[in-house]
Amino acid sequence: MTAGIRTQDLRKVFTTPPPLGAAGGFGPRRKKKDQPAREVVALDGLSLDVQGSEIFGLLGPNGAGKSTTVGILTTRVRPTNGQAWIGDYDVWAQQVDVKRLIGVVAQRPNLDFTLTAREILIFHGAYFGIDSRTRSARAAELLDRFKLTDRADQLARGFSGGMMQRLSIARAMMHDPQVLFLDEPSAGLDPQTRLLLWEIIREYNRSGKTILLTTHNMEEADALCQRLAIIDHGRNIALGTPAELKASVPGGYLLRVRFGSNSPDLIERLKTLTGVREVRAQTFDDGDSGADIYADRGGSLVSEIASLAATSSVELSDVKISEPSLENLFLHHTGRSLRD
Amino acid sequence: MNWKTFWALFARDAHVARRNFVPLLLQTFLQPMMFVFIFGRVMVSSGYMPVTYKSLLLPGIMAISMIFTGVWAVAMPLIGEFQFTHEIEDRLLAPIENSWLAIEKVLFGAAQAVIAGLAVIPAAWLLLRPGVELNLLSPLTFAGITILVALLSASGGLALGCSIGQNQIGLMFSMVLTPMIFFGCTYYPWSALANFPILQKVVLVNPLVYASEGLRGTLVPQFPHLPVLAVFVALVIFDSFFLLLGLRQFRKKAVT
Repeated sequence: MTAGIRTQDLRKVFTTPPPLGAAGGFGPRRKKKDQPAREVVALDGLSLDVQGSEIFGLLGPNGAGKSTTVGILTTRVRPTNGQAWIGDYDVWAQQVDVKRLIGVVAQRPNLDFTLTAREILIFHGAYFGIDSRTRSARAAELLDRFKLTDRADQLARGFSGGMMQRLSIARAMMHDPQVLFLDEPSAGLDPQTRLLLWEIIREYNRSGKTILLTTHNMEEADALCQRLAIIDHGRNIALGTPAELKASVPGGYLLRVRFGSNSPDLIERLKTLTGVREVRAQTFDDGDSGADIYADRGGSLVSEIASLAATSSVELSDVKISEPSLENLFLHHTGRSLRD
Repeated sequence: MNWKTFWALFARDAHVARRNFVPLLLQTFLQPMMFVFIFGRVMVSSGYMPVTYKSLLLPGIMAISMIFTGVWAVAMPLIGEFQFTHEIEDRLLAPIENSWLAIEKVLFGAAQAVIAGLAVIPAAWLLLRPGVELNLLSPLTFAGITILVALLSASGGLALGCSIGQNQIGLMFSMVLTPMIFFGCTYYPWSALANFPILQKVVLVNPLVYASEGLRGTLVPQFPHLPVLAVFVALVIFDSFFLLLGLRQFRKKAVT
């Protein structure tokens, strides 16, 4: 049985600036009067249970607490409260055992710039006690797999962002860890490399390894993860397979409509349309009103909405239709877009 | 304790140092050698300094080179890697307690300081000769002092490297290292401060005093110097203090 990942009521309050991977503006800045103003709650009681040999995704906007979670699980961030385990090992109390089981790709490149790509892999293997012949062979294999062979003997300092990212992932796989953490792995990769990466991740998973990745990219979460936790403001707001999560949005389709004037009457009448499951009134920053309409059909509703608006003498200024997606789920739970 | 990992970390540092050998060499030797040339050669041959000054100067120059090398070798990479490049993160994830990574850094810095110190002796001797009189009465005592001085520089580098910010590097040199060198009995023996009784007491908090006096006491014992036993005790105390402080700061830096 491969090692899984478990956390219980993880809470992290930063009093110093958060780790670089987690930089990006934290959503909630909870200030209590008796606390210094700079405290930032990054995680607020997060519990997860990732099975062995699962590809698990943490999906959430910037500042949701994804990198902090990865930081805690990889011994780099000390939790304020709560516990975390990799396999049977308590992450904080048994750090060395945990470090042996995990491979980590940080959000920002942290390669050894004074070494060549090949040396980076070989030294990494040496830290994990791999003998010299095995590590040379494995380094060559990974360089080839990540299409870095022609630059293998150049210093990593001169690599492009995408190459650094590929090398970071190769390095994390070098000691064949049971659990692989990837913090925003495809950020900055071109679409072709992203597909290569997805393929490599799936292949690694097929060999029985557990993978935890963070992303704010819904397509990636949908395509790659077997299960997902959607987190926001350091809390787990939804958990399940991508299909389950998408099915949990009322109706599935989301129509975001915008009109010039506020009309509670129109909102009520929208709810009576066939297929409409839920209507939420919205007020936009510029003062316009609107509604989020969750329904089990999309385009065919538009003409009905338009005629309803006309009979309520409200002018319709915009309609956006989204098909069932994780984005809709996130909106349904938080009222905010993942892209905000 | 995981020695395989420890020595792999050490091998990595050695590999990087080998790659930077020439700049490292210039950085370590250029300044002390110029000093040796001006004070030991120019000033002596023109009669402004007595010939004996050559022998007095050599242990002080050795102490400076060792302290500079050790502090630089440990502090500079740590400042950059923790605050800017994050290169150290991969090694913090190696299967070994974080403190051992810090100890590896200290050991590596100390090894570099020993090499620098031992290389200064023949280099300075070549520049200064004739007239340098070294009396190495007890090689073992000399070796002991040299190792303690090397550990002083490297653990001092650990404490500094984990305590100061990137924008304070300049201050570290002008406010910490330069006064340490000038008030470190490097260019003169401690007894020469007899006319400044208060200063003579105050400089005793400067660990470099014990480094230069210890090397003076073992390399050129014909000059006045602090008792070697006192130097030993002081160096052990300073080494332990900086190492413990440095480890504490390192652990703080390693985890957020």
